[in-house]
Amino acid sequence: MGKIEWAMWANEQALASGLILLAGGIVGVAGQFRGWPFAAYAVAAGVFVCLLEYPRSKRAKGTSVERTGQYCFTVCVKSFGPVTRNYYVRAFLHAAICVPGGFMLATVLGCVCLGIASLIYLAAAIRGEQWEPILPQKETTRKTDAVSVRNPPEMPPPRPPPEVRRKRVDDLEGAVYDNPIPVSDK
Amino acid sequence: MGNFAANEGLSIFVILVWLGINAFLFVHFYMAFLVERWFYTRVLLGHALSWARAPAACLNFNCLLILLPVCRNLLSFLRGTIQCCSRTAARQLDRNLTFHKLVAYMIAFHTAVHIGAHLFNFEFFMDAQLDRNSSLLPFILSEIGTGDNASFLNPIRTNETNPTIVMFTTIAGLTGVVITLALILIITSSMEVIRRSYFEVFWYTHHLFVIFFIGLVFHGYGRIVRGQTAASLKTNRPEVCADQFEDWGNNGTDCAVPEFAGNPPMTWKWVVGPMILYVCERLVRLYRSHQKVVITKVVMHPSKTLELQMKRKGFHMEVGQYVFIQCPSVSRLEWHPFTLTSAPEEDYFSAHIRIVGDWTQALYEACGGDKTEPQEAWKLPKLAIDGPFGTASEDVFRYEVVMLVGAGIGVTPFASILKSVWYKRIQNNQDVFTKKIYFYWLCPETQAFEWFADLLQSLEGQMAEKGVTDFLSYNIYLTRWKETEAAHFRVHHEAENDPITGLKQKTLYGKPNWDNEFTNIASKHPGTKVGVFLCGPPQLGKSLEKQSLSHTEGDVKFIFNKENF
Repeated sequence: MGKIEWAMWANEQALASGLILLAGGIVGVAGQFRGWPFAAYAVAAGVFVCLLEYPRSKRAKGTSVERTGQYCFTVCVKSFGPVTRNYYVRAFLHAAICVPGGFMLATVLGCVCLGIASLIYLAAAIRGEQWEPILPQKETTRKTDAVSVRNPPEMPPPRPPPEVRRKRVDDLEGAVYDNPIPVSDK
Repeated sequence: MGNFAANEGLSIFVILVWLGINAFLFVHFYMAFLVERWFYTRVLLGHALSWARAPAACLNFNCLLILLPVCRNLLSFLRGTIQCCSRTAARQLDRNLTFHKLVAYMIAFHTAVHIGAHLFNFEFFMDAQLDRNSSLLPFILSEIGTGDNASFLNPIRTNETNPTIVMFTTIAGLTGVVITLALILIITSSMEVIRRSYFEVFWYTHHLFVIFFIGLVFHGYGRIVRGQTAASLKTNRPEVCADQFEDWGNNGTDCAVPEFAGNPPMTWKWVVGPMILYVCERLVRLYRSHQKVVITKVVMHPSKTLELQMKRKGFHMEVGQYVFIQCPSVSRLEWHPFTLTSAPEEDYFSAHIRIVGDWTQALYEACGGDKTEPQEAWKLPKLAIDGPFGTASEDVFRYEVVMLVGAGIGVTPFASILKSVWYKRIQNNQDVFTKKIYFYWLCPETQAFEWFADLLQSLEGQMAEKGVTDFLSYNIYLTRWKETEAAHFRVHHEAENDPITGLKQKTLYGKPNWDNEFTNIASKHPGTKVGVFLCGPPQLGKSLEKQSLSHTEGDVKFIFNKENF
């Protein structure tokens, strides 16, 4: 099915699940439903999952697209080292987090979605994928004499100094390729 | 400022009408549940009932709409029919995918509101069963229908349960969970990162929409939303009898025990039409895919471009159209879109395919691209073609002056147009409405020129022969080059033919100054509608769109058309 990195989809699914858990939890707490402690838990769990899943991993192949403002989250998640890098840990973590959500109707949907995300992460872990932080690359030293060109050059190189460059007014088109200084191949 | 209305007016109008219908349905159905018939239901649920039913109506409407923009063949047919009446309306149909996504977001939004309201409904229904006090109206109402299980109001029939169990044991609850899960999986796999990188995951997961629609149709079959029957309203009028609930059914009162029934399911009436249309669409695609396609020639071009020339009985195309190609020996389920690079006047149709991923690489090998000796005709793989489908490029000949901008491989639809121009104007000497074409090709590398350079060379030669050199003005921009190449250009700058393309028209270096170009064209063609056509990256599209809008002043109108896949 193509060289898919399952973790990318697992990440989208987990982020969505975090939001759904959070929303369900808020409804449960605000409506003071029976079993609202589970809803309160879901709010906390939802926020935690969102924070964990917000920074996208660097792709093994291809260009990685960052989420807006994810850099600070990347730094936080990176600091946990192997715990956040390994997808087995994430799969089991999400499976564990989702269980209490199943005890209350408002959070059941978040629970099931997070469970599915956990399964996709498990698939990613089995395939050996890992979470890598997207860090800003150090600017490679470009040629210091690179000049940004806004207008295409009017005369092809080699160009004489400006005072010698005079356009023949009567034939502007031809003047473009006319060099006042003769050029030879030698 | 430019003429925004000419470019965007119809889109905005369509969106406003759609939003307006959504708002109307929401308010109408919200109010519909505030009538007497639902009085006792509201005793249990309050306004949460209306908050659940209003988005349900909007969901019916949006689920009707969502299938329509993806019926490619239907849209292509409509486009052809409308084209004769209105070019603007036809262009609207190009934005089908955008509309599909908007409707999807609206479905997600209404689903969220609907589920939120139902969470409250379940909780209130449960409350009514748990507070088992005969002096409470909600409890009395919940007890109705316990004997015959037909005229009940509260779908939760006992207090020895909880909302989660009820959800999984009712048709509405179960189908609701299943279709919401399907919707969430569809949405997460349709995110742009996933779609652009792993189209297969997106495409296969998207087929969960079948489960979505089946579940949606059956969602209302349990008739779980119950209101007072018309007969019962005669024997128990809520405004009079609600306070006397302890005496219902007793001798001497005029308040009988109320009876309730559920509404018949309505969703199928909304979605059955589009579902049938979509099934027809898939059948059409299936039929077309079984028609025999013969590869007549395979050409390997530099810069990893494969050209396939094919024939199929009864195939008829217009300029700039695209087809979906399937190669069963490579993959049975994958269909990929490619622009046709041949002109309608030719006796074959061709596509130039860039080798970028698994499927294109496998196709290249199946066509014998990696072998050095030519392949026998019978060894070439079997192909299936769906299409051709129309895109904006069909409109090119409807403008008097046209600007064609192609970036890299994005030049392909214009290859078809230029070839067609050559056939019409130069070979047949037909009179075409289009009087002037400005063609811009932006390319990051020199090898990419080769296959297209041949076409331009022959065009150049033919035009010189017939003396119609001012019809087509083309500008090729090399946007990146290496130092060694630059040295070569410098040395050969005075040669008659361009050192890269071999054309008389010299290659230009860097990116075009669009402001200048637009201003020049505006000044040369006052009082005309200039069509601007782009096939390229979105950033270029944005800047061209901006330029089109800002240079549309006075009597010159720049109308921007973008290809999209």
